[in-house]
Amino acid sequence: MSEEVDLGRRRLLTTATALTGAVGVVFTATPFLASWKPSARAKAMGAPIEIDLSKLEPGSMLKVEWRGKPVWVVRRTPEMLKQLEQATPFLLDPKSEGSVQPEYAKNEARARNPEYFVVLGVCTHLGCSPLPKFDAADVTVSADWPGGFYCPCHGSKFDLSGRVFKGVPAPANLTVPPYSFLTDTRVMVGSDTSQSA
Amino acid sequence: MGNDNQTTSQAKGLWGWINARFPLDTMLKEHVTEYYAPKNFNYWYVFGVLSLVVLVIQLVSGIFLTMNYKPAATEAFASVEYIMRDVEWGWLIRYMHSTGASAFFIVVYLHMFRALMYGSYRAPRELLWIFGMLIYLCLMAEAFMGYLLPWGNMSYWGAQVIVSLFGTIPVIGDSLSEWIKGDYFISDITLNRFFALHVIAIPLILVFLVVAHILALHEVGSNNPDGVEIKKYKDSSGRPLDGVAFHPYMTIKDLWGISVFLLVYCGIIFFAPTFGGLFLEAPNFDPANPMQTPPHIAPVWYFTPFYAMLRAVPSFAGTQVWGVLVMFGAIALLFFLPWLDKSPVKSIRYKGPITKIALTLFAISFVVLAYCGMKPPSTTLLLTSRIFTFVYFAFFLLMPWYSRIDAVKPVPERVTYHAH
Repeated sequence: MSEEVDLGRRRLLTTATALTGAVGVVFTATPFLASWKPSARAKAMGAPIEIDLSKLEPGSMLKVEWRGKPVWVVRRTPEMLKQLEQATPFLLDPKSEGSVQPEYAKNEARARNPEYFVVLGVCTHLGCSPLPKFDAADVTVSADWPGGFYCPCHGSKFDLSGRVFKGVPAPANLTVPPYSFLTDTRVMVGSDTSQSA
Repeated sequence: MGNDNQTTSQAKGLWGWINARFPLDTMLKEHVTEYYAPKNFNYWYVFGVLSLVVLVIQLVSGIFLTMNYKPAATEAFASVEYIMRDVEWGWLIRYMHSTGASAFFIVVYLHMFRALMYGSYRAPRELLWIFGMLIYLCLMAEAFMGYLLPWGNMSYWGAQVIVSLFGTIPVIGDSLSEWIKGDYFISDITLNRFFALHVIAIPLILVFLVVAHILALHEVGSNNPDGVEIKKYKDSSGRPLDGVAFHPYMTIKDLWGISVFLLVYCGIIFFAPTFGGLFLEAPNFDPANPMQTPPHIAPVWYFTPFYAMLRAVPSFAGTQVWGVLVMFGAIALLFFLPWLDKSPVKSIRYKGPITKIALTLFAISFVVLAYCGMKPPSTTLLLTSRIFTFVYFAFFLLMPWYSRIDAVKPVPERVTYHAH
């Protein structure tokens, strides 16, 4: 029955109360912060898409919207694949060391099947959408142009595998999304079931 | 009983009734009629009050805009056109708000420059300065989110570029930018949440910070062009000898400043609301199109100095995060200003030539960077941006040295003032 205040006990109780309160704050904040994550509907709308390639002519390009971004599928001819080698001396990262792509697209063609090139049509500089300029020596780009993509916003250049040129604002090759072939002419963009590792 | 003599000696009637229940009289005295401001204030001292005026304009015009605006991707652009064309005086209310945004940054930048000149961030006003910086941060967030709301193509791609800045942060970047957007791209969901933040969350914080800023100011007292403390010399009743009551002396002066401001502000609203593409950018008169980028993306003028820095830094080690760090660093450095300045004097009036040159170069670098950030990139502009980014950072990072070695003039004991 001492009149003295037990300061140690008071400090312990204050700290314990504060800690319990802090845990409560974290628990309460969780639903609010988590509500900012993509909702079930957003996830469903961002689900993988199937693209039918059976009507795609050699040498032409298909543009599909996926997650609000253009996805390109280019059906490359053997000549276009040869143009890739001509482009190599101009490239910043010909081996795709510093760019985003699935493991199976980390090759010269940057594709599972060199014939079909699947890529996000978004410039790695500031997100503009580059234009297809497939013809070699296209004068609207330059006389020694090996064929590829040209970004009208800030002049970035990419070859027919979306590999970035030296001395342009874009820092990296175009991004290749995950994809897989369901049949020879049907591709699914957004998921690569075979890459189960 | 003892407490009663206060109420009995005070005024009776409604005034007395209120003051017995709420410290209205005390508050008015403390903050208005008996708040003593230095008598040597010059016209640089109107920008604080002007910021408050613009805040009120933005709050009122903003509330009325929300009555007709629809925060949905399919309706937002059309609802803004509806406000412009079909709502009575809607065009005026919208132009008040869009011009007010730029006006806010003009007066705030001048207000901050005033603080830089006269050392208003120095002790004992560090916290006052930090509250001010937090207001500036809120203002930038407010402006950025508000710019998405019209859902024009520049709104869309501007937001795209800024949100992708967070994506450059290693490891957490992608999920962070996804969390901010609430989707895999800037979508209806993003628009809806930016609306909520723009109209309620940030304005609430902003108003709270403004109150804190003013309370901190009235606690320590205003600085002045001489950078001397007027509280050092007081008369027998405790009033600073070099102070004048905020009301009526400063309120009259501020009214004059407000009149000049409103003249310019209304002139812009009525005759040049887009201000040649500076206040409202041309691509924003096209609706947002996720599949087509405007030929040249630039933020509104008040962000361009920082945007120029972002573009000036090359990507390195496979990431663009360095430019983002430099850009945010440029703003973060301002917070540390009170501790970077080691000069024995506060005001530029008594500082030496090095500080004067440094401050001039800083102001020039800010304007040049703002210009570089507006223009499409070119090699000349890139080099210019890099040089002036260095100048901007040198102003802060070298300050502990040059402010110490710089010559100073003797500071007067009391403010210099010549009656007219």
